[in-house]
Amino acid sequence: MQRDDIRKLLKDHRTHRLTRRQVVTRMGELGLSLGAIWTVLDRAIALPARAAAGGRGSQGTLKLLYWQAPTIVNPHLANGTKDYHASRIVLEPLLTADAAGNLSPALAAEVPSRQNGGVSADGRSVTYKLKQGVKWADGRPFTSDDVLFTYQYVINKQTASTTYAQYQNIAKVEPSDAYTVKITFKEPTPFWYLGFVGAYGMIVPRHALDAYIGSNARNAPFNMKSFGTGPYKVETFRPGDLVVYSMNEYYRDPNKPAFSQVQMKGGGDAVSAARAVLETGEYDYAWNLQVEWPVLDHMVAAGKGSLLTVAGGGVEALYLNHTDPNKDVDGQRSSLKAPHPFWSDLKVRQAFAMAADRATMAKELYGGAGDASSNVLTTPSKYYSKNTKVVFNLEQANRQLDEAGWKKGPDGIREKGGVKLQMTYVTSVNTLRQKEQQIVKNGFGQIGANVTLQSVDAGTFFSSSPGNNDTIAHFYRDVEMFTDSFGIVPVSYMEQFYSGDPMRDIAQKENNWSGQNLCRWQNKDFNALYDQGVKELDPQKNTAAWIKANDIVIDQVAVIPLIDRKSVSARVKTLDTAGNLSPFDADTRNIADWRRTG
Amino acid sequence: MTTYIVRRLLTAIPTLILISMVIFGILALAPGDPLGQFAANPDVPPEVRQNILHQMGLDEPIPIRYVKWATSWIAGNWGYSFASRTPVAGLLLQRLPTDLWVIGLAYLAAILIAVPVGVISAVKQYSLLDQIATTSAFIGYSLPTFFTGIVLIIVFSVRLRWLPFIYNVQVHDPVGMVKQAVMPIAVLALFNSAALTRFVRSSMLDNVGQDYVRTARAKGLEQRRVIVRHVLRNGLIPVVTLLALGLPAVFTGAVVTEQIFRVPGIGSLLISSIQNSDTPVVMAVTFTYAILVVLFNLVADVIYGVLDPRIRYG
Repeated sequence: MQRDDIRKLLKDHRTHRLTRRQVVTRMGELGLSLGAIWTVLDRAIALPARAAAGGRGSQGTLKLLYWQAPTIVNPHLANGTKDYHASRIVLEPLLTADAAGNLSPALAAEVPSRQNGGVSADGRSVTYKLKQGVKWADGRPFTSDDVLFTYQYVINKQTASTTYAQYQNIAKVEPSDAYTVKITFKEPTPFWYLGFVGAYGMIVPRHALDAYIGSNARNAPFNMKSFGTGPYKVETFRPGDLVVYSMNEYYRDPNKPAFSQVQMKGGGDAVSAARAVLETGEYDYAWNLQVEWPVLDHMVAAGKGSLLTVAGGGVEALYLNHTDPNKDVDGQRSSLKAPHPFWSDLKVRQAFAMAADRATMAKELYGGAGDASSNVLTTPSKYYSKNTKVVFNLEQANRQLDEAGWKKGPDGIREKGGVKLQMTYVTSVNTLRQKEQQIVKNGFGQIGANVTLQSVDAGTFFSSSPGNNDTIAHFYRDVEMFTDSFGIVPVSYMEQFYSGDPMRDIAQKENNWSGQNLCRWQNKDFNALYDQGVKELDPQKNTAAWIKANDIVIDQVAVIPLIDRKSVSARVKTLDTAGNLSPFDADTRNIADWRRTG
Repeated sequence: MTTYIVRRLLTAIPTLILISMVIFGILALAPGDPLGQFAANPDVPPEVRQNILHQMGLDEPIPIRYVKWATSWIAGNWGYSFASRTPVAGLLLQRLPTDLWVIGLAYLAAILIAVPVGVISAVKQYSLLDQIATTSAFIGYSLPTFFTGIVLIIVFSVRLRWLPFIYNVQVHDPVGMVKQAVMPIAVLALFNSAALTRFVRSSMLDNVGQDYVRTARAKGLEQRRVIVRHVLRNGLIPVVTLLALGLPAVFTGAVVTEQIFRVPGIGSLLISSIQNSDTPVVMAVTFTYAILVVLFNLVADVIYGVLDPRIRYG
């Protein structure tokens, strides 16, 4: 009995619930002599305390450095990727996915499938069995009602959640008992794993957010101090600066997490973040190091840390404008009514696809952070088409243009029928991107094109204001370059080539440039394959449809893919992150398993 | 004097209203929106982004948005941040202590360096000390803070490992707090003291050549008494007014240093809000800065009137 009391006192002392003075006083009340008290406190040899070497909370503080600071810890109101990572330390989805796209259970007891009856054969519903005995960080039980609430919270338009699109196809969420929930879809779909999975699928507690659904969502104290079923809860949060997490006492694994406290610091730039981990070791982990590879390489040589990479960071591509950006039709440029003077010629597009030196770009600029890519759809890896190749052949390109009738003029620029191969090529302001532009301009110049380089500040380039001519959606240039990122299903990514309903799908003035198809390319075969890929329930046929769709994009050169980018993070050598990186979930998804080695 | 102050305060009000309109107009017309991070992320499609912008009230015409902002500001509500969806006032108050600790202290350090050095420079004009002080002032003024900051980081953090270079508000032990504040304060103090030294020096030189100084020396007073008791008092009048004018800069003026050392002050809040198009926060910070500038202008004028008997306001 006394042993248990002492053990509890030690635990309270460790988790800072009681001060040392209080613990000493209470131990005295239990009858321990002063000598015994100091022995127990300082050496912990009298009792085999649970949290001695290797147990929960035994490894002190873990320090993470994110050069974009989290501003909110409610993932469904996130403003950027960093907010998902900050929330993921605290909250969990039903399933998570690794780098290859394989699902594994987080809050679900098992991954639903046709074999175990979880996924219905007609693609209309999926039934999840939830883990039992899981508690929220305030001690209340996690049940299927919380899954239902998460859906209600996200789907309410006035909540203005950023994860809304993942739940659009859900018709209803029905808990059949405390640990079983059935999700029924509006349209039968092969992609039942869109909602409740990964970074967009974290389950939030009803009892914390019930009063804050809809337009009241912004007043929830939960937004600044969230708690969940994960290994930690938010202790203090300074938006734009620092999040401090303390352990969740009710976490389901009694031996985890290893660290008693996590600090996520944000702000600054990526280079100094890399320096803090790789050179000075001030921080244990740094996320998303978008730094030029030679600089990173040099820092790694110091030997204090190492880099973690995972494929699936998106494909950096040259988007060709299939409409004329210089002709104003009915008050807008790049209108569907004005086809592009030379990009509308397939032979020209094919020739230029051979003039972009992807291999050099990958080797010199990206290093281990990117590979030359011949496909637009590369992630998950099962969709990577083996039918395409990276080609860089200036002679063949020159020959093809000659044969197509584009002759070099006296100034070296090719022209045909009064149209010259002059183009403007724009991307965001970023030293790496400006170097990529140089490589492309060089190659294009050698086959007789005159390229004018431009760059626009990223905040402007990527904004969605209808009145701003420099956005990627307006596309008032001949070529633009940026990276589109992947989701766990290819539907949203491939939508950028779809034109089933041109008025809705193609970015133009009539829809306030909200269409996803920015290059204004229209192809009936692609549309048919896309429609098939959205509906086809047979997994083999489904994958084949998407691969064929990718092949059409490449054969018809709708865009020119350049680099299949990897996400790069850094850790100190003594930190084991247990394979945490995944393009479909946050870096912090398995933070309960992280520990210090040596 | 009272009528003067009241008159100044009354004219300040339309000035501030005009300032707020200009700032709001610029922010509203500027490109960029709070959801720019999701532009190349197809999982957050344009319809979802449009809905969120609509809920934030960003699709209403600019004059209506201005009126809404102005009426809630007068009622004491500074609005909600788009990025954090929490009240802006809370964000500012959270950052104020750090701001005062690092930047306020740097300003104080700059004064403590500049005044003695400037005085000695003026008294021993063209001596070796004066030459050194002048050269250092020019160097300190010409070198941008991001350069000195990075040099200090490379020397003291990376090579020598003496000091941490990332500021952490969770550090509460005095030694740790001093260690992490030393570099940002040094960078700022160096920069601020440069101009101030020169100003103190020239103001002192104006006074040292005056007749009353000659009289005081003729009376037999020792040099030190003459300088400190008589010349310094007069020489510091313009310096004090300059300091009063420079005080609002403590509130937002150390943006570059805050970025380099990741000090969570109001300057870095301003920059990240501008980059994220978080209009309510930017309005709150810039408008507060405008109010402080107008107010401290008045304070500077009043101080000048109080200290210098030759100036009388009607």
